[in-house]
Amino acid sequence: MIAGISIYEILTLTSILFFIGIYGFITRKNLISILISLELILNASAVNFVVINKYLYPDALQGVFFSIFIIAVAAAETALAVAIIINLYRQISSVEVKDTEIMKY
Amino acid sequence: MEKIVFYILSVIMIVGAIASVTSRQMLRSVIYLLFVLIGIAGIYFLIDYNFLAAVQLTVYAGGIIVLIIFSVLLVHHIEMELEVAKKSKQLVTALICLIGLSIFLYTIYSNDFKVVENTKTTTVSDIGMGLLNYEAGGFILPFEVISILLLAAIIGAIIIGKGDKLTKNEDIL
Repeated sequence: MIAGISIYEILTLTSILFFIGIYGFITRKNLISILISLELILNASAVNFVVINKYLYPDALQGVFFSIFIIAVAAAETALAVAIIINLYRQISSVEVKDTEIMKY
Repeated sequence: MEKIVFYILSVIMIVGAIASVTSRQMLRSVIYLLFVLIGIAGIYFLIDYNFLAAVQLTVYAGGIIVLIIFSVLLVHHIEMELEVAKKSKQLVTALICLIGLSIFLYTIYSNDFKVVENTKTTTVSDIGMGLLNYEAGGFILPFEVISILLLAAIIGAIIIGKGDKLTKNEDIL
């Protein structure tokens, strides 16, 4: 654990990051920007897992495993999302959310 | 000392995150995200999970950022300014996020965490033994499922990214 830093301060930091991510997720109009906000949200939750593991249950390692799995799933998700975005751009020449209609039906 | 480093890291991360969701230039927003991700790796280093920090740096800072930068360069003109949401919508969203944040913080600060004082360091072999442990509490099944998921994501990304332009070209030829 970090000397002189309580668990409350780290959880405050991750909550702030999480809600900045949510703010970006709602206000942005571009698919890649939404992907960036999603990365912020996922990272904040991964840090939470690790910090709670370290401060409350230092003998266990479950939080570390979960954040490794979160990182792996995030990598897979980003690769797929980028593939979808590039394919979409080829077909409609735009990555704005309002133009994205062809995948709805 | 660690206290100062933590506060510097948190200021960098919060400023970077806000800049990342408000910047109107796509590439800059990705670079600000890179600062946030490196800051998170720094926090992993501070709480003595060196392996996780290394994974964070290689997978996020090395892999995902490069992938997103590539997609930005393929999709956008570099000087293009993004259109932003209406001012009123931004204000409402910021208000909702602040309310949610205050509820989170109220819950966190009113909870009494039973913190265990420790200076334990976790070695990479501990993590490896835990991941490959098939007894009770082991993580061998999710580990294998993740490997299948990554394989499926690779194949899916190739198939989706290839698109149907190639087959159309063959029809013309």
